Order: sequence, then structure tokens, then C-alpha cells
Amino acid sequence: MLASSAREARRGGEAAIGIFNEMFDGEKVRPAYAGLVDWVERTPREVLEQKKQEAEALFRRIGITFAVYGEGGDTERLIPFDMMPRVFTEREWRRLERGVKQRARALNAFLWDVYHRAEIVRAGVVPADLVFRNEAYEPAVVGIDPPGRVYSHIVGIDLVRTGPEDFFVLEDNCRTPSGVSYMLENREIMMRMFPELFRSTRIAPVDDYPERLRRTLASVASPKCDGEPVSVILSPGAFNSAYYEHSFLADQMGVELVEGQDLFVQGDFVYMRTTEGPKRVDVIYRRIDDAFLDPLCFRPDSMLGVPGLMNVYRSGGVTICSAPGSGVADDKAVYTYVPEMIRFYLGETAILKNVHTWKCADPEDRKHVLANLEDLVVKEVHGSGGYGMLVGPRSSKEQIAAYAERIKANPSDFIAQPTLALSTCPTFVAEGLAPRHVDLRPYCLVGREVHLCPGGLTRVALTEGSLVVNSSQGGGVKDTWVLAD
Amino acid sequence: MRLSVRHTTLYEFAAPVRFVAQSHRLTPASSGGQTVLDWQVSAEGAVFGSAFVDGAGDAVSTMTVQGPVERIAVLVEGTVETTDTTGVLRDHRETISPRVYLRPTRAIELSRGLLELRDAALARVAADRALERAHRLAGAVADAIAYVPGATHAHTTAGEALEQGEGVCQDLAHALIAVAHASGIPARYVTGYLFTGGDAGEAAHAWAELNVGDLGWVGFDPANRCCPDARYIRLGSGRDARDAAPIRGVARGGAAEAMDVSVLIDAQQ
Repeated sequence: MLASSAREARRGGEAAIGIFNEMFDGEKVRPAYAGLVDWVERTPREVLEQKKQEAEALFRRIGITFAVYGEGGDTERLIPFDMMPRVFTEREWRRLERGVKQRARALNAFLWDVYHRAEIVRAGVVPADLVFRNEAYEPAVVGIDPPGRVYSHIVGIDLVRTGPEDFFVLEDNCRTPSGVSYMLENREIMMRMFPELFRSTRIAPVDDYPERLRRTLASVASPKCDGEPVSVILSPGAFNSAYYEHSFLADQMGVELVEGQDLFVQGDFVYMRTTEGPKRVDVIYRRIDDAFLDPLCFRPDSMLGVPGLMNVYRSGGVTICSAPGSGVADDKAVYTYVPEMIRFYLGETAILKNVHTWKCADPEDRKHVLANLEDLVVKEVHGSGGYGMLVGPRSSKEQIAAYAERIKANPSDFIAQPTLALSTCPTFVAEGLAPRHVDLRPYCLVGREVHLCPGGLTRVALTEGSLVVNSSQGGGVKDTWVLAD
Repeated sequence: MRLSVRHTTLYEFAAPVRFVAQSHRLTPASSGGQTVLDWQVSAEGAVFGSAFVDGAGDAVSTMTVQGPVERIAVLVEGTVETTDTTGVLRDHRETISPRVYLRPTRAIELSRGLLELRDAALARVAADRALERAHRLAGAVADAIAYVPGATHAHTTAGEALEQGEGVCQDLAHALIAVAHASGIPARYVTGYLFTGGDAGEAAHAWAELNVGDLGWVGFDPANRCCPDARYIRLGSGRDARDAAPIRGVARGGAAEAMDVSVLIDAQQ
């Protein structure tokens, strides 16, 4: 039935071009998916169709929408939710977990280092100009010691899989990785719709994420904080594309959601205006960019920030999560040095592989990139969200030629990577169940302890053959299961 | 030379404002060329945050005033013992990498004119003679932009000032930073006070520092065609005028402000 149609698709050629199907190993169902396939085969197609519509209705009612940039008119739409979960065995997950935590530790060690003695630059491991002349390197925080030496408290590592043991890191997100509300909502909806599945299968819970995030933030409150730390989420406001997530998290964590105008600085501290008078704030989980945090330090025209906030931060009166200047660690050119960082700071070998990356700033690399654009994926160094990238194999000659001109004009703004054969996961599409490419963003919390939430956001490219999974580019999401042994 | 400073910045608002917040870079650091004997920043009705020293060695602090308030006077008073180090910034405690000061900002963006100015200035100077190159650049900027008070405004860029051929100390410093960057020399904006011997002159002053090989940071004042000496007090630095500003502030919920600055400097021998 449905699963057999997926088997058909499997025979239809995926294997021939070496794409890893996460559910099927040839004709065999992989162990992680055994229970799920069983369930799908027992459930009549009409029931699944009906469930699919229920799920959509639920999402619409909850109001999870995602503003899409770069499209005229209607800027908010629903992110398609796919009912077929993405499943990892506990063994698979343990290795991923070690790899992600290792990376999160190394990235934080790098951030502390580059804002202090920059030993990694002195040692000749990372080029000085890549750090100090980087737009994301923030001179205003040089020498500042954030509590626990943590800069990036929520690290979102984007991973893709190409084989049973082959995971590659596509990019690191050290600033304010979004999407965790989808992880939580996807699970919530799955549990509501398929309670029997969660009874028959032991799946690691993700619903303690907000509480763990709250504790992570509290653990990095400044030493000046006496008593129970007060944390807030600082949002740019309702017009921001991720506002839903800001209010959702604040609600789940039981902390205040504030905007710049709700906070003010006096003396050595930041205060929140409340009906009972000013209340001191110890930790700010900010969902606004560095440039807008404080008009007295960054953009003077910012109305979103808090005047004087940076001075309080720098004199140790408040913790800002993530720390201003964290962006220098998730720059796509700095990314290429993460395996060296892991060796340099932790004395370990990277568990998760990097994708080979050509830096267009390098003349040799640039030559290679320009000569092979039709096979490569090219990204802007400071870009995110899948905007402004070129997927060579899926672009026209004209698009490639135009992109080549952009690279030549500003080579150091671009990096290129091979087009990876991303793994596929069965996904409900109009024709039934069919393989679609997926990636994964797990969320790693870094406070006094490092914790990886067992799950994450699986994004799926809903167009057949497409490798771009970004929700802004028409991707969907799936629940992500980690099986408990 | 023992210099005493009295620097008042007076803000008057057409209608009372609700809240004022300022970030101050108003306290000089002691270094080889200057020893701070006493120094005080005050403002009636204001709350000050404790100061901290940033990566560039500048003391920074916050001042806030809860309104309604119509008038704020920030008073800076102090005494500094200075010596002439021929512009070289010695024994200044800072941790930031000079490479940071190669990054452009809007104010110091390169223009074709600035590039031509650099080319002409460095035409016959060997690339390894860093100090000589710095002097040539400072001289070229002084030749190209005449010091004319009021000729430009706060947001004039280096390129615009060069095109106009006139500017104030801010414009000359910006232009020097820009051409230094174009020559691969880290350069930054410096604010401070200049004792001009009683006549009006520009007592609140600005110049540039260039990072010159083994010497490290060396000051160049293109507006006065010299390197800072015992008449100068160095207050703070930044990537451009905005970044280095002694006072950065916002006022919320009020009306237009008028600002009046007066600086008096006396020398006691």
C-alpha cells in the first residue's frame, strides 16, 4: 500500500545514484522505522488522508505561520507539516549527540579566545583577517568575560546525512537559531493525533526543552545577581517573522516577553517596567540582532534596543544570550576551521564532518569554483535562510552566468560546496508516500552544562529532487524521533 | 606640562524629556605621555553606572536621567600631567588587535579621490618605510583639505570632505584613516583636548592614530600638521567619530534639543 509505493520509488532509481533512504535499505525496512512502517501499512489510506487534513487544521488554529521574505504581498503562510516522522535509533543519536556537543564546546572556546588573547590566531591556525576584519567580530566586547565563558547559549547545528554513518555539518548557528517552536509543536500535534504510536514506541521526550532553556539561562546569570535570576526574552516585536516563536517560548518558559521600550538602564543594571514598579533583569535572551541592541553602542537609529544595555553588559550587570559578537563563530568561512578548532581547544578529532568548502577569497579556490559552478552549491558568507544561494545542478545557464559575475565582484563574500546527496525520508505528497530530501537542526543548550535536546527540527524539501529545505524556500517540517532502547 | 580642563556640555530641550541615557568616554587613561592627576565627570540629577575599561583601554560609563527634565549639564573637570612623546602612544594598556582598525565604516569609506590622494602621497616611498608613509599620508590630507570651521556637518564622509576641499578636524582625521586603510595601515579616530595657549582655537579636538610597525600606535593631527605633543590630552578612540564619541546619547519622549559645548584649558607650569 502506501509503504509499498515508497518501496517502488526506492527501486525507481535512488539507489542507482547513491542516495541514502533513511527508511529503506533496498527492500528491507531499517530498524529505526520498523514500528512506523508497520503502523502505516495497517492504517487505511483514507484515514491517513483525513489525519493529514486534521494536522493542517491544527497548525492553522495554533497559528504557526512563518513570514517569508523576498515574496511580495502575502508574507505569512503555513509551513507544511509532514506526518511521517524522521526517526533515529538511540545508537545513531548518541554519536550525533557527542558530535554536536563537541562542536558547541569548541565554538564557545573559539569565541572566548578571539575576544581575549586570540591564541588560535597567534598559533597560525585561523587567519587574523578572517577574525579581526570580519563584519561579525565585535570590537565592543573585546576583553569581556561572560559568565561561564559562554557566548553561544543555544547552538543550532545544521546537519545532513549521506549514509548510515555519514553526517555532515552544513552550517553552525551561534546567534539565535530559530525553529525550536516547530520542534515542540510538531511533537505536540503528533502526540495528539497518534497517541497509539506513542504508546507502542518509546520516544525520547522533547517537551522539557523550554524548562531546560530556562535553567540554562539562569545558570549564566551574572555574579552580581543575588537571589533567583530573572530572565526575559527580548523580541523586536510582532512584525518580526519569528514573533510567534518568541511569544511561544516565553509562555512555555514562564518568563516575560519584552520589547526594547519595556526595559531601561539605570546605574549598573537593566530594569523591566512592570505594574509593580521596576524589576531588575539578570539574563536577556535576545532575539534581535547585535546592530539593534543598543543605540549608544551600535546603530544610533535603533528603536528596538535598550540605550545603555551594552555598558551594563560589559560591566557585568546583565547577561545577554547569545553574547554580542557571537556571529564571528558561525561565519561560513570560519566554519571551514571548526575541525581545527576542535583539535586546538579540545585536543579531539571532530566527530561530525565538515563539507569540503572552497573559499572564493582564495584565488585557487575561486578558479575551481568558477569553472565548476554547474556542480556546486554557492552561498553568501554572511547569508542565511537559503537566500541568495546558487544550487548549480538546478540552475539555468543564465542564472549561473549572473552568479559568476557576483562572485567575481566580491569574491570574499562567497563560499562553495559540492552538491551533497542528502538522505531522503518518506513524505506524504499528492501521489502518496515518496522520498524527499531532509536535513536536521538539533538544538544544543550551553550553560554551566551542555545539553542536546533529543530531537530537533527536520526540514524536508517538498519538491521532488529539490535539495533546498529552508522554510523560506518552500520546505516543510517533520517531527524528529529518537527511539529509546 | 600640567593641563587643567573644564569641559561643559549643556543640553536644553524645547519641551521636557522623559528619559535621557548617555554613554560616556570622557575619562582619559594614563599612559607614557599623560598622567591623570584628578578627573571627575558629573551631572546634577543623573545616575552613573560604574565605569569599565574596554578593549582599546578607554574608560566607559553610563549616565541616565529620569525625566521630566529640560536641561542637563555634563561637567568634566580634571588635571593631567603631559609629556611630549612625539605622537607615539606608549604604555597604553589595551588588548584589542590593531587589525580591527582596518575595517571600513560609512564615514571612512574609500572614494576614487581618496585613492588618488594615497597614490600621489606614496608615489616615491618604499613600502617598508612605514613611518615615512604615515607622515606622507598625513601631509597629503592636510594639503588636500583646508581647515575651515563650519564647512562640513557631523555626517560628512571622508570622501565628501576631500571633494569639498574643506573640513574640520573630524573630516581631516576621517580622511587620514581612510587613506591609511587603503595603504594597509590600521588607523583609528582619537578624541581629546588641545591646549592652544589661551586663544579660542579648537580645544575639544580630534586626530588619528596609525599603527606603524614596531612603534605601534602613533598620533597624527593633520589639522595642525603635527604629531600630538605635550599640549594634547588623549581621551579615547574608536573606528570613526561616532564610535569614538566622548558622549553618545539618546533622549526619549521630548522635543528638539540644543547643545552647547564649552572647553577651557589652562596650563600651569
